[in-house]
Amino acid sequence: MAKQVRSLVIAGNGTNCEREVAEACRLAGSEVAAAVHIAELLAGRVKLEDYHFLNLAGGFLDGDDLGSAKAGANRLLHAPVAGGGASLAAQIGQFIADGKLIIGVCNGFQLMVKMGLLPATEHNYQQQTCTLTHNDSGRFVDRWTYLQTDSASPCIYTRGLEGIYLPVRHGEGKFVVDSDATLQALEAAHLVPLRYADAEFAPTMDFPANPNGSIAAIAGVCDPTGRVFGLMPHPEAYVHYTQHPRWTREELPEEGMGLLLYRNAINYVRENLL
Amino acid sequence: MPCRIVVGLKEGVRDARGERVKSEIRQHLGLELQVVRTLDVYTVDAELSAAEIDAAAKGPLSDPVIQDVAVDHPLANDFDVLIEVGFRPGVTDNIGRTAREAIQYLTGRPFEDGEAVYTSVQYLLSGAIDRAVAEQLTSDFLANDLIQRWTILTRDELDPAKGVPVSIPRVAAAAAPRVQKMDLNVSDEELLQLSRDGMLALNLNEMKTLQAHFNDPQVQAKRRKMGLGIELTDVELEALAQTWSEHCKHKIFAAKIDYEDELGNKETIDSLFKTYIVGATRDIRQNLGQDDFCLSVFKDNAGVIRFNDDWSMVFKVETHNSPSALDPYGGALTGIVGVNRDGYGTGMGARLIFNTDVFCFASPFYAKPLPPRLLHPRRIFEGVVEGVEHGGNKSGIPTINGSIQFDERFAGKPLVYCGTASIMPAKLNGKPCHDKQVLVGDHIIMTGGRIGKDGIHGATFSSEELHEDSPVTAVQIGDPITQRRMFDFLIIARDRGLYNSITDNGAGGLSSSVGEMAEDTGGLEMHLDRAPLKYPGLQPWEILISEAQERMTLAVSDAQLGPFLQLAAEMGVEATDLGLFTDSGYYHCLYQGKTVCCLDMEFLHAGVPQMQIPAKWEIKGHKEPVLTGRDLQADLLGLLGRLNICSKESVVRRYDHEVQAGTVVKPLTGVTNDGPSDAAVYRPLFDSFEGIVTAHGICPSYSDIDTYHMMACAIDEALRNYVAVGGNIEHVAGLDNFCWCDPVESERTPDGAYKAAQLVRANKALYEYCVAFGVPLISGKDSMKNDYQIGETKISIPPTVLFSVIGKIDDVRLAVTMDAKAPGDLVYLLGSTADELGGSEYYRMCGELGANVPQVDSQKALKLYRTVNAAQQQKLLRSCHDLSDGGLAVALAEKAFAGGFGISADLDKLIVSAELSELSDMALLFSESQSRLAVTVKPEDQSTFEQLFADCDAALIGRVMAEPVLSLCRGGKSLIKSLNDQNKEAWQAPLREL
Repeated sequence: MAKQVRSLVIAGNGTNCEREVAEACRLAGSEVAAAVHIAELLAGRVKLEDYHFLNLAGGFLDGDDLGSAKAGANRLLHAPVAGGGASLAAQIGQFIADGKLIIGVCNGFQLMVKMGLLPATEHNYQQQTCTLTHNDSGRFVDRWTYLQTDSASPCIYTRGLEGIYLPVRHGEGKFVVDSDATLQALEAAHLVPLRYADAEFAPTMDFPANPNGSIAAIAGVCDPTGRVFGLMPHPEAYVHYTQHPRWTREELPEEGMGLLLYRNAINYVRENLL
Repeated sequence: MPCRIVVGLKEGVRDARGERVKSEIRQHLGLELQVVRTLDVYTVDAELSAAEIDAAAKGPLSDPVIQDVAVDHPLANDFDVLIEVGFRPGVTDNIGRTAREAIQYLTGRPFEDGEAVYTSVQYLLSGAIDRAVAEQLTSDFLANDLIQRWTILTRDELDPAKGVPVSIPRVAAAAAPRVQKMDLNVSDEELLQLSRDGMLALNLNEMKTLQAHFNDPQVQAKRRKMGLGIELTDVELEALAQTWSEHCKHKIFAAKIDYEDELGNKETIDSLFKTYIVGATRDIRQNLGQDDFCLSVFKDNAGVIRFNDDWSMVFKVETHNSPSALDPYGGALTGIVGVNRDGYGTGMGARLIFNTDVFCFASPFYAKPLPPRLLHPRRIFEGVVEGVEHGGNKSGIPTINGSIQFDERFAGKPLVYCGTASIMPAKLNGKPCHDKQVLVGDHIIMTGGRIGKDGIHGATFSSEELHEDSPVTAVQIGDPITQRRMFDFLIIARDRGLYNSITDNGAGGLSSSVGEMAEDTGGLEMHLDRAPLKYPGLQPWEILISEAQERMTLAVSDAQLGPFLQLAAEMGVEATDLGLFTDSGYYHCLYQGKTVCCLDMEFLHAGVPQMQIPAKWEIKGHKEPVLTGRDLQADLLGLLGRLNICSKESVVRRYDHEVQAGTVVKPLTGVTNDGPSDAAVYRPLFDSFEGIVTAHGICPSYSDIDTYHMMACAIDEALRNYVAVGGNIEHVAGLDNFCWCDPVESERTPDGAYKAAQLVRANKALYEYCVAFGVPLISGKDSMKNDYQIGETKISIPPTVLFSVIGKIDDVRLAVTMDAKAPGDLVYLLGSTADELGGSEYYRMCGELGANVPQVDSQKALKLYRTVNAAQQQKLLRSCHDLSDGGLAVALAEKAFAGGFGISADLDKLIVSAELSELSDMALLFSESQSRLAVTVKPEDQSTFEQLFADCDAALIGRVMAEPVLSLCRGGKSLIKSLNDQNKEAWQAPLREL
């Protein structure tokens, strides 16, 4: 049997985008692309270690009732796993140590930041140094954004991309850091592969091109390995041209730009992990 | 010991919520404060160690990067007034529930019964504000007295060591459960008093029907055998009142109506519903024959039609008006999550794919004094929009279509329509998924949330006008996450074949859901004491009729029961076995083993006496106004800025309209993603380009002239929006949602016969136009008491019908949007124009009503829509936009600025249904004649296009221009020359900041 790329999307307790994320993985070439309810992982029937690419999807974990993804992060840290196995947070730590890939989109990004998985500038995946909080407007917003990429970033997902166009759909997307030192460390190591930009792909702090007031226009960050990545915009929402807001008036390629991020991830797995 | 955990932002972190509150206080109340800051408070009433409290405070309850946290001492400093707003006892506290779960994960120990976390918000206000102003600001804006309570402290009053005193909104244990007996052998006046006191909303005839039934010796004999007295119990009376409520039984639509038209012709209509609604669908299905695409109509929570061989689509639209009037946020949130349960609970269950929402409000800028108990329209607007936002976004369901209508009379009762579509496999385990059947011996399973006093008397309350004693328990707050978990669980249970039937708990609670399901078997036996409660102290009748949210009722066989309950437990969803479906013929409830209710099923469901309602139509003698000296250019800008026409972008962007990745034509479109789409196109399956199209029509302003034409226009508006984007006119179904003012003549409603005649006329049009267009009705709803009456003040809403459509597009890649695409394209107007300004937005702007209400020629329209479909198949239409409020001028202005190009057109080219010379410039520009679409076509397609439309009204009226200007002339005379930017600014400005 040929070796298979295996992608997993964790669902449940308020994730909303698991179906389209799994579809994006499948379209990008993942032979297995499973959206699995967290109950299956907590029951020990599905094991993280059997997958290469973990997706934390958008949504409203526990309604974001305690702040976005806060209660969700608490669950991964403390929920008991059947048979007294390691917590899901510990399993995720091992997953990273094994050289595998994690992407968090929107609520998934919020979850990773609040668990300390990102940006992990010192390779410490348990210390929260950044957060995502209420948009400056104080409102949820659904709007397409231009995003500048950083070719010097270790991020494996944005490799070869020069500027992309994706929707944001969030109320708590403003990226902030605990100190100037954290921001400097992010910038120095090129851990900011995506920034909100104007239509010419120049980073901007101006609303609405920067939809939430994120410092340094940060829309996504990765860890120093480039394998662990989170972003507020939704790449899974633009995998086909008919999802583009102006597809009835512009000539567009069949495949949407968001798919390229997933393809980079799947190709990385195929080349390095199989 | 209860403790308080206070969470606040660190110094220097922007408080977006505080800023938003500050700016809303300025807009709502004209009060300029210096600073508003906010803190979150968790009051933890549970046995926890200091270390556990500390871990919770610093763990899940706060964010170390931006927040500080304090336990049992205040964070508040540097303020003039502190206002803390928390919930009243028993009100759903979603954040408190999540905090409790988080603490349980942390400690690994469940909370004991009665332990809980309660949340509140502290507002720290600085500026010129004293206690009196703070009181007013809190009751008018920050809090809703019905569901919340508050503490106000000035700076000197706050104890710097301990902070705000601990207060626990625990539900006080009420009296022990007890069943009361009701004696119906009393005077008529006392019967009515019983109905009024109990919020039963039953009229004298209905009360006397009950009296007669319980005096029947056979009934009495049976009751004695069951251990019941001859007097009925409060449980029985409540069950009957719920089942017989207007809300559940639709007594007005089922009534016998004696109708007299303006000429004195009389007829008797035996049920509007059966005659015109069911009748239309029956006749259409017959006409469709082999091509009939209806699968399940009127009998379930929502209608089901065919999508393709493998899938069926489900659609339902509900209203949630009365609750939204009392608590706009909770009412609207409950509206959307409630209709989601209808969508899920149809057939064996269907996955939710999109929401729609339509609101009718008074102007948010309403500046007159308000009658008592009414909230300001701006508060209603904010609350409803936020409620639907949370309900839709948190549930992961895109909101893809909607609108907002404004009329001052909606101050009396706002209308909140919430729709939802879902998709189910055509077959489930070999059987049609849209069918279900409860079997004798199946267990009655309730799953999802628990029962509290929330929503008691919701069904009977909404069957009445809003009055002084409207109950606060009718207000509820939805919990999207509990519901989401339940749906995640149920869809797996469905696919594994773990239940036989399912329905939702909406109006009437268990009383309605179990009662309706038991019609399959002919009886039930339910143990009310087994139902899980939010807190102790509910009476048996309250358990039966509570409308507490997020609950579904299922029928589960013996064999399915074990795996069903196990799956529920694994997925963290509560599921409880309440008893059995039987074939006893009785609706039998027990409490702690004793019979508390035993009603004959037949009497319960079919015993309600038919109402008899008089209806008399009269022509009111409306006249056309004479308007002279109008500045048409200024009029266009004025129209673009009318609330009924202007951009709703500030609302649309607050709704996630793209989650699930299927929205192909989004609510906003065009060169800068901000033009107004006519309808939505949705691709529900990843492996097919087949799509669903949804649209709606609503025109309450025409009701002031004639509800017949209001209805016809609403149907046409929905269909032309639907067709504009590419919806197939041969595969589309409709849903009617009637919102009326009380049409039953009485002392309080002396003009009832006229309002009833309006209702009859709307129904006649509904039948005639649906049959003519071949659009079957598959579901609908009526809300018949949209009046406000306190003291001398009565406000009745204009008769309003929302007509929603759902149908199919064979290939979403052929969808068409409304924006002009390229300079040089030809602009055609399809359809003909008449002098039909009656009830128009233009006349309203001029302070007139007029007489010439638009009329629909269904045969011409149908032919046009079929031809438009053919043109779309051949990719001949580069853009297509419907003409509605504001007529041609508004449609062309929108098409131009959405596309970023100009349009130049000559009105002398229009096809008109009279001599052109008879039509005024105003009529040509602003008439709201129906069945018209403005399309653009590539010049090279001109002859193909004109050939295709040879038998339709299609006039080449102008061109798309590179220069971004709208120029409208009539022959040589220029009427309007206006820059796109100017038009767009007028259109965007009014609601931009809301």
